[in-house]
Amino acid sequence: MTVEETIRGVLSDHGRLAIPVESLTDETDLFGAGMTSHASVNVMLALEDAFDFEFPEKMLKKSTFESIDAIRSAVAEMAGG
Amino acid sequence: MTPSGMRVGMDLVEVAQVAESVERFGERYVSRIYTDHEIACCRRDGRDSRGTTYAVESLAARFAAKEAVLKVLRPGDEQPAWRSIELHRMTGGWCEIRLSGRAAELATEAGLGELVVSLSHEATLAAAVVVGWCTP
Repeated sequence: MTVEETIRGVLSDHGRLAIPVESLTDETDLFGAGMTSHASVNVMLALEDAFDFEFPEKMLKKSTFESIDAIRSAVAEMAGG
Repeated sequence: MTPSGMRVGMDLVEVAQVAESVERFGERYVSRIYTDHEIACCRRDGRDSRGTTYAVESLAARFAAKEAVLKVLRPGDEQPAWRSIELHRMTGGWCEIRLSGRAAELATEAGLGELVVSLSHEATLAAAVVVGWCTP
């Protein structure tokens, strides 16, 4: 499974979006698509499970989880150490 | 110059969503969001009908309060840590808001004095309203 497929799977399971994950572009504003702050916490924890890392405090801000593109960048940053 | 005046924040949280988070992520969810004091206040003796050892409606009310505080602080993208906003339960039963870290800095920068909070919950929904007053 690719990184993007994993991210989309996590959003489908935990994002509580008002629209289907399949209709999201990489740049779609996830909060605009219905993701609440509480749902974003679940997305964060599920991403940690999926990629086996823990987001540091400095990355726990809305912009980290605002789009698939932003999440992919955060995952890449974590993977790069 | 910071404008003076009242700031109000409110938020609504579905209790079932918090229950699912506790069930799915357990202590990792609880410890990332809530302070030790909040956890102690919301812990139950024994399991409830959902199988959790927390009063999830109380956790939901506290999450709503933290989000309501953020609406008052207006942090932009500088999201303070969830644990830097604490709902401190007083012996009389009401709660006070205690800020630390970036949340406290934002309050100072905005000229916000004491923030006051009101919490409410039913079986399915929890809500919080937070009011603060800015002085330039």
